[in-house]
Amino acid sequence: MSSLDNQPLANQPPTKQPHKTQSPTSHQGLHAFLAGLSGVDQVGAEARAAALGTRSIKKESKMWAIDTAISMVDLTTLEGADTPGKVSAMCSKALHPDPTDPTTPSVAAVCVYGDLVPAAREVVGDRIHVAAVATAFPSGRASLDVKLLDTKDAVAAGADEIDMVIDRGAFLTGNFGKVFEEIVAIKEACGDAHLKVILETGELKTLDNVRKASWLAMKAGADFIKTSTGKVAPAATLPVTLVMLEAVRDYYAQTNTRIGVKAAGGIKTSKDAIKYLVLVNETVGDAWLTPDLFRFGASTLLNDLLQQRQKMLTGHYSGPDYVTID
Amino acid sequence: MIGNDRVEVRKTHKLFVGGAFPRSESGRTYEATNSQGEFLANVAKASRKDARDAVLAARTGFNSWSKATAYNRGQVLYRIAEVMEGRKDQFISDIQDAEAVSAKKAATQTDQAIDRVLWYAGWADKYAQVFGNTNPVSGPFFNFSIPEPTGVVAAVAPQDSSLLGLISVIAPIITSGNSVIVIASTASPIPAITLSECLATSDVIAGNINILTGDPAEIMPSLASHGDVNALDLTGITDSELQKALQIEAAGTVKRVRSAPVNPDWRATPSLSRLRAFTEVKTVWHPMGM
Repeated sequence: MSSLDNQPLANQPPTKQPHKTQSPTSHQGLHAFLAGLSGVDQVGAEARAAALGTRSIKKESKMWAIDTAISMVDLTTLEGADTPGKVSAMCSKALHPDPTDPTTPSVAAVCVYGDLVPAAREVVGDRIHVAAVATAFPSGRASLDVKLLDTKDAVAAGADEIDMVIDRGAFLTGNFGKVFEEIVAIKEACGDAHLKVILETGELKTLDNVRKASWLAMKAGADFIKTSTGKVAPAATLPVTLVMLEAVRDYYAQTNTRIGVKAAGGIKTSKDAIKYLVLVNETVGDAWLTPDLFRFGASTLLNDLLQQRQKMLTGHYSGPDYVTID
Repeated sequence: MIGNDRVEVRKTHKLFVGGAFPRSESGRTYEATNSQGEFLANVAKASRKDARDAVLAARTGFNSWSKATAYNRGQVLYRIAEVMEGRKDQFISDIQDAEAVSAKKAATQTDQAIDRVLWYAGWADKYAQVFGNTNPVSGPFFNFSIPEPTGVVAAVAPQDSSLLGLISVIAPIITSGNSVIVIASTASPIPAITLSECLATSDVIAGNINILTGDPAEIMPSLASHGDVNALDLTGITDSELQKALQIEAAGTVKRVRSAPVNPDWRATPSLSRLRAFTEVKTVWHPMGM
């Protein structure tokens, strides 16, 4: 009998369980557990996120927040037109975001398609992480065998983080078992590489679904849960991230395991990024304010962070002429 | 029932930024008076933050306006003149109130302002032929120079000529493809606000022209040091100390600066110097005969 079969109808199961990744023999328990998660108060979540977004961050804290946000960025390029040259250039920027100021921290990782992992690894060495999107990104519409091969291929090429997408079709039709088993299988294929599970919240439509998918992914062995691919609008929003952070907090309370959260897509300004940091601090606490547990998936955000950083240091506003164009 | 008990429709005089009419983010206003000191209206008092928002809008506007064809820029300028023509009566009464001049003088200023827009509209697809050149070089190259827009220009409109002076500052800046953030005459801002309503309906690209009302001494220093502003037009700065301070600030980011003119006569036909002031010469060496 799977441990999931004993879950009561609430999101606060009493028994502590280890961070398990094996597949349950039956998915009844999983279904019962997900059905038993309490619904999300959407209006409340939006109000809470909006209220936290109005915090005033003063100068020293802002400088810290900007540097922290830079160190949390997964600098991303996921275009059909990506070339090894473009990836190399982006990797150089990831290592030294502002070449005029060596005190600028490096970003956390670069995020590329699987076939460009070698090009990225060549430039960054082991100084920062290389994340690869796998499992038929961004749609996730492929057989499990293809997804596993995709994953193994990226890991073999040197990726130490895998960003997988869940099968939203299966999730939305209520086939939670399939989604669960897929994550378990991919996690196994990852080996030592960290697994980020993309929920693609823009396609899940409701915050209830976001909460369910978050729990599903964490129970299946995700190291990180990630909002979006960046290919679907809406991508990351504050209320969605709040719900995911709450799931992570509750999961930690039960299992003592810290799962990371990655907000990806649509975060373009330093102001937005700082709102997310406030949200993290107020929801899961400052233990999560580290690149190991919170990330931004972004491309244009970095330039805005750098411009704000230059403003803080020089006292006058910077412009796009003073940062590199990706 | 129609009569004297009609509810009065009062106007809120706002800023013009990014094609929209926001209040000042600071929520501040100041009292605009006529030259006799009589109250005319409460006008938005732009803050440094409003100016920064305007820079963002102007940069966005620049990216599309500078790519518009010269012919199209001329058409849009002509369209501004058309819409101003339809608002003539309002301009005349605004100028009369603001500058305490006769209806005749106000009408003359309005006509001249509209004619000034038309004058620059004509130059839109011609100035490049005047400023540009093919250059004789010793080598197998076809060498030519063409003017390109400088970028985002922060300007201060003259204090005394509330419409003609303002137009004479804005028109040459945008004719060559620049975007402008202009601070209207602090004492007489209302004609500028009416102008912004004309601009909003004249096919002017959102953010290409941004009109702020307020105190240049407060707003300009942050624009002078702003890294995303490429040039300053200090026409309306009468305080020489402030002008000097702004020039020093501007040097930090190597901006082009046009100083305040001495006793300008806005009624006279302008030279091309304002148009030339905010262009950059690009020279191309094109190999040939090889």
